[in-house]
Formats: sequence, structure tokens, C-alpha cells
Amino acid sequence: MLLLLKYTLISAIVLMLVALGGMFSERSGIINIALEGIMVMGALAGIIALNVLPSGTSSFVIITVSVLASAIVGGIYSALLGFASINLKADQTIGGTALNLLATAVAMVIVKNFNGSQSSKLNYNNSPFLFDIGGLSLNVFVVIGLVILVVSYIVLYKTKFGLRLMACGEHPQAADSVGINVYKMRWAGVIISGMLGGLGGFAYVVPAVKTWNFEVGVSGMGFLALAVMIFGQWKPHRIFFAAVFFAVFKSLANISDSTILANLGWSSNIYDMMPFIASMVILAFTSKKSRAPKAEGIPYDKGQR
Amino acid sequence: MDSVKRYFKSDSFISLAASLICVAIGLLIGLLLLIIIDPSAFWDQGFKRILLGGFYMKPMGVGREIATTAPLIMTGLSVAFAFKTGLFNIGAAGQYTLGAFGAILAAIVFQWPWWLCLIVATVFGALWGAIPGIFKAYLNINEVITSIMFNWIGLYAVNTIMYGNGTSPMYDANKAKTWSLRSVYPDAIIPDFGLGKLFMNNSTTIAIFLAIIVAIVMYIIVNKTTFGYELKACGFNKNAAKYAGINEKKSIILSMTIAGALAGFGAGLYYLSGVAEWNPLASTSLPAMGFNGISVALLASSNPIGCIFSAFLISHITIGGSLMNANIFPVEIANIVTGVIIYLCAFTMLFKGKIVSFMTRKSKKAAEKESVLPASPEPVSENDGKESEK
Repeated sequence: MLLLLKYTLISAIVLMLVALGGMFSERSGIINIALEGIMVMGALAGIIALNVLPSGTSSFVIITVSVLASAIVGGIYSALLGFASINLKADQTIGGTALNLLATAVAMVIVKNFNGSQSSKLNYNNSPFLFDIGGLSLNVFVVIGLVILVVSYIVLYKTKFGLRLMACGEHPQAADSVGINVYKMRWAGVIISGMLGGLGGFAYVVPAVKTWNFEVGVSGMGFLALAVMIFGQWKPHRIFFAAVFFAVFKSLANISDSTILANLGWSSNIYDMMPFIASMVILAFTSKKSRAPKAEGIPYDKGQR
Repeated sequence: MDSVKRYFKSDSFISLAASLICVAIGLLIGLLLLIIIDPSAFWDQGFKRILLGGFYMKPMGVGREIATTAPLIMTGLSVAFAFKTGLFNIGAAGQYTLGAFGAILAAIVFQWPWWLCLIVATVFGALWGAIPGIFKAYLNINEVITSIMFNWIGLYAVNTIMYGNGTSPMYDANKAKTWSLRSVYPDAIIPDFGLGKLFMNNSTTIAIFLAIIVAIVMYIIVNKTTFGYELKACGFNKNAAKYAGINEKKSIILSMTIAGALAGFGAGLYYLSGVAEWNPLASTSLPAMGFNGISVALLASSNPIGCIFSAFLISHITIGGSLMNANIFPVEIANIVTGVIIYLCAFTMLFKGKIVSFMTRKSKKAAEKESVLPASPEPVSENDGKESEK
């Protein structure tokens, strides 16, 4: 049971962080389908930071530097999406798909170069990130994630910035008419989503294992986060519950071979499939009530009325 | 002379120019990467081989290039056809996976001849394509999100069944792959009529001709038939199509089904040519063939005939990448090149705009000089690139 709780927490925090990232982007009016790729880049940056830091560094420095590295690289990578979809008014879905494909390829090239061999695996030490409370092993990302959840809620609903951001996703022309710079707000939304996505990627890779094979990318977590975001109706608090719900399904795969579930003799592929099936069922039932930001996916053109 | 001039101003030329610019920039970025990784060997061991593609290893490489082009044409057609009808089929990878499953199932379990296996592959792909269509038509869920989810569901399901805990009849435990069709079930292999001997390569079959025929048929369906017109009309404006008496729900589902069938057929061409076997334990990510279909379709501006050429180009680059010296250069550099190309294609609109404005400026100047002549007609007023379909 504790094992289930452990893995649920890991996945829940990841899904929540990335879904919150998606939320900031979509609330500003940009569909961020590139989250999967952004997660890969964030994870890569964080792990390389872990490997580059000298061995005597204190845990606090290790955590701060690697977390910042993952967030910053995620932000930079998402700038490619911002540039294509805001400045060049490109098709956001196609741009995002391209970034997803690029991310895995770029990560493999960098990792192979970093290793100096043909292996696409990186090893790292994850002990600074883990701590125990009463037998339950936790990681720092739980703390970071919960803080970000609260901050996101406040930023989105209680600050001028958040309200303006939402206005740009609903009716950019109206927002522009009262003097809000739509392009700037959308850029802000995309960069925030990139930073959260990068951090989420790092949080997915580090706590659970000590080696990561970049060939698999982040195995669809970014896409699941999109489903979490839709299920959470683009609202921070609902995203949190949606993330926990999906995480239970996701973590069944992790514990399937070590607990009673092993007696069923199902292959782990079946458990891997579950969160995706669950998300389709839920989307099917909630689609009629679903209310996405109105202007998402439509490039903002000043000349259009 | 006049017709040549008109061609240079036509939409198809501008699309072609924009695509070529995308490819050039993609290759340039690949070249820069190679130089950064190893400045001494970048040409002989790396970039030269990407440029030469399969021709670096004649005639075997050429045969391999042809063998991988056939399925790529099909996934490209799948994405392009969906684009034409206003849908984004990101699910080609999943439909391709299901098609592969159908082909291998029919070949090994039922031991059917190759043409029947090919039909089974097509049907499986079509079914997997129909699902996002149904979700879109009846529940109004975006086909992109459904396709992505069903890509993964399909991949995991196919892996589970093909492996079957090591006991599946399709699984060859010694090689950790599905049984080699060529050695065990030669009836299921698409005939090659001597092509294999010509290219000294087993896997070069008539698949490429089948793919080209399908591309031509798709061109006729999309551009010359009422059926194609109805599907396109739905893509342009769902409400207008409904008003004109077209059943828009049926059209959406049909479009996705056909797109899925094309991708499934492509998988059949690949696996029934015996190019490779499915590896259920190692296939943890979706087949690249499906996603490369997106770049094929975008490069071709969704023109079915154009897909043939752009598929050759993409497979040329991919094969070239795999022929690089893997000790120095990671093969994924070829994926970066194609990824960059898709990224650039996402805003070809901009290139098109630049080219158009450049040409109008030129023609205006010309018009000023020969002011006797009436002003030339608007160069691209009939610009109906796929972006404007959105």
C-alpha cells in the first residue's frame, strides 16, 4: 500500500506540474501539445546538471541548480513554440508535434555525445532528492509541487497578471482594446508552461530510478498531462484532483510485478494502457460540459476583428 | 513562355519553393550539428552520406530506400488526406501499428496469401482511424487528443498480444521478435518480380508501385470526384457543408477511416515486404514511420502526388542518416533534420507570404516599366494552401 502511495505521489506531482504548465499556456490562448517534448528537454537538462556538479556539493545546491536548469531549459525550448505560434502565427498543433519529435532526437544526440558512446542512457544519483517520513519515502518535488499549486492558484485568480492572461485566452481582441499586450501575455503563458513542463519532466525521471534511457522520452506523460488538464477544466484546484486520479492508474503499472497484482499475470503493458483508456472514457463523458478557453489555437492577428 | 511565367506565380510553385526552403534549412542545421560534433570527419563520415542517402551503398542501399519509401508514401497520404478534409491525423503512428498487427496476424496465424494480409492490415488501420472520427463526430472531442491517446493504447495492446507472455504464436522467442515472414511464411511476402535481385536486397518488392498507384487513386478521389469534394467541403466549413445537404458526421468518420486505412496499408507494405519484424518487448515508443508521414504530407502541401516525391526525400535523409558512421555521429541527427523540417513547415505560410510579396514587388516594378501593359492579374488570389483551410 505504501508502495502504491509512493508511486501515486510521484506521478501525481508530475502530472499536476505539467498540466498546470499546459493550463497557463492554454489560458493565454496557445495550445501546448509540445509538453511531452518540453518534459524530455527539462529532464535532460536536470540530469546533466546533476552529472556536471562536483561530487562534494551540498544537497541544497544540487537541488537548486538542477531544478533551475530543468525549468530554464524547458522555458527556452518552449520559446520555439512561442516564436512559431505567436510571432509567425503558425499552426500550433503542427508546431508542437514537431517540437515533440525534435526533443527526443535532440536529447539522444546530446546524451550520446555526453556519454561519448552509442548508449542513450544516463546515470545519476538521486539521493539528495529523497527523504523519509514515517516509512513513506517522499521527494522534494512533492514540496515544490504543492507550493507551485498554491502559487498558480493565486497568480491565476488573484493577480492582475492572471486575470489578463485569462482574458487573452478568451477574447484577445477585447483584451487588446483595453490596452493589454496580447503578444506579451501569450509569450508569458508559453514560457511559464515551458518552465513547469521542464520541471515536471525532471520530477518524473529523478525520484523513481537512477538510470534513464532517453530512447523512450517520457513515455507519453506529457500527453496524459494534457488529458489531466482537460479533465481539470483548466482550473488549478481541479487539476490537482484530476492528477491524483490519473496517477493511481499510472502507478498500478509500477507496482504490478511486486504485489498481489502479480498473481493476475497481466503484462505491464495492460497497466500502461489503463491511464490512456481512463482518460478517453472520462473525456467522452465530460466533453459536453467541457469549456476550453475560447480563443485557444487561434493565432492573434491585430488586424482581425 | 507565358505559361512558364504563370507557373512561377502559381500556388503550386510557391508551395514547392517553400518546401525546398524548409528542406534546405533542415539540412543546414544537420550539417552544423555534424560540424560541431566532429569537425574533422563531418563530411566523409557524415554529411556526404546523408546527401547520398541509399546511393552511398549501391545497389543495396537504394533498394532499402525504395522499401522504406513505400510505407512512408502511405502514412504521408494518410496525413495529407486528413489535412485535405480539415483534420489533423496525428494518429497515423497508431493506425500504422494496428496495420502491422493485422498484417502479421493474417500472415502467421491464418497463413493467408500476401494480398489478403494486405487487406487485413488496411482494415485494422481503418478501424483504428475510425475511432477518433467517431469521437469527433458524436462527442465533439478534438481528433488530435483522441488520436494521441489511441496511439498509445494501440501500441500497448499490440505489444501485449504479440508477446503474449512469450507464448503467442506470432512470437519467435529465439530472436525476441515476431517470426520472420520470409523464412517461415513465404506466401505472405509481397512478390518482387526480380526487383530484389536487381538491388541485391530481399526486401525490395513491388510495394513501391502499389503505393504509387494508391497515391494516384487518392489524387483522383480528392480532386475529381463528388465524394472527395464533399469530404473537402466538410473540412472547409462544417456548417456550410451541412447546409448544402452533406452529412457532416458521416464525412468526418469516413475521412478518418480512409486516413487510417491508408496508414494500415502502409504498415502492410512494410512488414509484408519483410523489411523488418515487430519487436514487442523493445517497441516502447510509437513507430517513427507514422510521424514522418506528417513531414511527408506537409512538404507535399497535402498533394497526394507530391507525397510520392516528399516520401522519397524523407526516406533518403533517414537512410542516409543510418549510413553515417555511428561511432562518431548519432543516427538521430537524421531525425533532427526531419523534425526541423516539420517545425519549419508549420509556418510555411510565412515563406509563402515572403515569396508572394517578393514577386508582387517585382511584377509591380515590371508593370511600372512597361506601363503600356495592363496590370498583371493578382498573382495568388486563388491561394488555397492548406493553412487557409483551417
